[in-house]
Amino acid sequence: MTTFLIRGARIVDGDPTDLIIRDGVIAETGPNLTGGPGAEVIDADGLVALPGLVDLHTHLREPGREDAETVESGSRAAALGGYTAVCAMANTSPVADTAGVVEQVWRLGRTAGLVDVQPIGAVTVGLGGEQLAELGAMADSAAQVRIFSDDGHCVADPRLMRRALEYVRAFDGVIAQHAEEPRLTDGAQMHEGITSARLGLPGWPAVAEEAIIARDVLLAEHVGARLHVCHVSTAGSVEILRWAKARGIAVTAEVTPHHLLLTDTRADGYDPVFKVNPPLRTGADVDALQAALVDGVIDVVATDHAPHAVQDKECEWPYARPGMLGLETALSVVWLAVGHRLGWDGVAERLSRAPARIAGLTEHGHDPAPGRAATFTLVDPAARWTVDPAGLASRSRNTPYAGLDLPVRVVATFLRGEPTVVDGKAVR
Amino acid sequence: MTPPLKLKHLLSAGDLNRDEATLVLDTATEMAATAGREVKKLPTLRGRTVVNLFYEDSTRTRISFEAAAKRLSADVINFSAKGSSVSKGESLKDTALTLQAMGADAVVIRHSASGAPHRLAHWIDGTVINAGDGTHEHPTQALLDAYTIRSRHGRIEGLKVAIVGDVLHSRVARSNVALLHTLGAHVTLVAPPTLLPVGAVAWPVDLGFDLDAVLPTADVVMMLRVQRERMTDSFFPSEREYARRYGLDADRVRSLPSHAIVMHPGPMNRGMEIAPEVADSARSTIVEQVANGVSVRMAVLYLMLGGSR
Repeated sequence: MTTFLIRGARIVDGDPTDLIIRDGVIAETGPNLTGGPGAEVIDADGLVALPGLVDLHTHLREPGREDAETVESGSRAAALGGYTAVCAMANTSPVADTAGVVEQVWRLGRTAGLVDVQPIGAVTVGLGGEQLAELGAMADSAAQVRIFSDDGHCVADPRLMRRALEYVRAFDGVIAQHAEEPRLTDGAQMHEGITSARLGLPGWPAVAEEAIIARDVLLAEHVGARLHVCHVSTAGSVEILRWAKARGIAVTAEVTPHHLLLTDTRADGYDPVFKVNPPLRTGADVDALQAALVDGVIDVVATDHAPHAVQDKECEWPYARPGMLGLETALSVVWLAVGHRLGWDGVAERLSRAPARIAGLTEHGHDPAPGRAATFTLVDPAARWTVDPAGLASRSRNTPYAGLDLPVRVVATFLRGEPTVVDGKAVR
Repeated sequence: MTPPLKLKHLLSAGDLNRDEATLVLDTATEMAATAGREVKKLPTLRGRTVVNLFYEDSTRTRISFEAAAKRLSADVINFSAKGSSVSKGESLKDTALTLQAMGADAVVIRHSASGAPHRLAHWIDGTVINAGDGTHEHPTQALLDAYTIRSRHGRIEGLKVAIVGDVLHSRVARSNVALLHTLGAHVTLVAPPTLLPVGAVAWPVDLGFDLDAVLPTADVVMMLRVQRERMTDSFFPSEREYARRYGLDADRVRSLPSHAIVMHPGPMNRGMEIAPEVADSARSTIVEQVANGVSVRMAVLYLMLGGSR
């Protein structure tokens, strides 16, 4: 295993320091270190070392839609985005609702070896919302599943949601809810408001999300369970979460980079690259989500990286699949949206430490320090880059940021002492 | 020469400013005059190809565009989704590339998906004319309605227009709101609250739930088609209740000013949103609207395609 001497990086927002990476761990930090013979030197002057980013919400599409993404291509996109762990959503084909499928995804992740791929298990059989999947079997499998989600679908039946919240307490699991009351979003295409009225597209009202979050925090309180809320998108949801947290309910929440930056007016022109679920909301919602991420009512940024094949986006808006790429742009978009308010410590908290805690990924989410696993990313805060869809590592091209000039570039990523990205390029 | 109207596509009634909309209406008047001639055909678009790309059945609109293009001597290709490659699952993009390869100068598209004409315009070089997209817009319907209003009232500026019915699902309503606002009319939308879009509060119109309150001062009442299926989706309790609260019957017509006209884009549900005796009365412009449709579409095609090349 190569020894690395990293010169002059700031660890989060500390003073510049050298780091020696040896045998997979950070051996030493401090000024003027020498790496010894054979050590590879990385000049990190001006760079920031962050704990490796952790994504609670990634769609890797394998098994089933390998034309859109594979575990390997998604892992590469993640590493390039500064991630060292991603939680793979269960809505594959077949659905990740058995120990067999979650172990398959987990092994594919190990084989790719670019990030730790932590499978999320489905809550219900086939995401059907009717019968609990074998949650315990997935928890006991090699994949050691702790997060369960029917993402893409809401666990809408309140009784089933209650049982799921209760049941996973036995193995410290958490239900990650896709909050969408389906009876209020039948046929919905975009946020219901002024833009949807003008464009003549059926609306997805904010209340469809808020009503489920309100119900679920009360259920979590009642049964003493943990709840995680996926991709919070409205100002009203933020207020409900604020109330629930003040009440001591064990709820955590995530927001996506795109909901921190983009609004529903992007639907003008009907380009389905801007179609996503939950939909892009209003400027007032974006403001509330940014503030909630800064003040901690929202705990983490999760990408909801959702690759789609070209033909599923190059079509009429109502026929397009919802979702956007996110892994390779997340850090830059977050910095663009709220970087000056979060600072690097806030970024480390929201994109690494907090998601690692929620997912129970104990090897991840630690600031680089002697004795810790060398699992971190080096970013250049001064660099700028322009998003070129064809230049992304994902198999798909559905980024909403094409042509956008973004701050912050990932220079290198290390997973347990092995570089996965060097000079901004994936090692394989 | 460039076309008289400097507009690449007609996707929304909002694409037209006041001068452009007025030019269309003035040109339609000239086109209508030619309809009385022995030889109705004008040579203006000879050698140009207009494709009618219809993904939804709409005999009325398709025939209207077809007649308009033929009177201008264009070659017309009717491309119906039924019995074509579309029913075999060909994508809109591939259809667009096909039409592009065939050298279509203009594509008139009717589609059940809002925004389909915008996507089409993204993929082809020719002019795209929206002939109705989902629940979004139907700009030439709004132009023919404006033309009809101007013919009857002599002006549009300052008129009070009530648009009544299923605004939520109506492309006719959206286009009329945009165009009538551009032309200076005062529009009031009247519907049960369930059939008004939540976001309509931002439109340049008044919103009302009480039909009887707006009729005494209306210069124009435009009734929208209400699909009976809306009832099963709980937008309103029953056809009978809808007709009672929002249908235009003879009693209600008596409360209109004597000069007021009654419009309907068709096809009508007689006895639902409009009573038969109202539809067939002298105030009704429903048949005129159809005739005016050809003149207005001739004007649009002429102004957007004529003179170029």
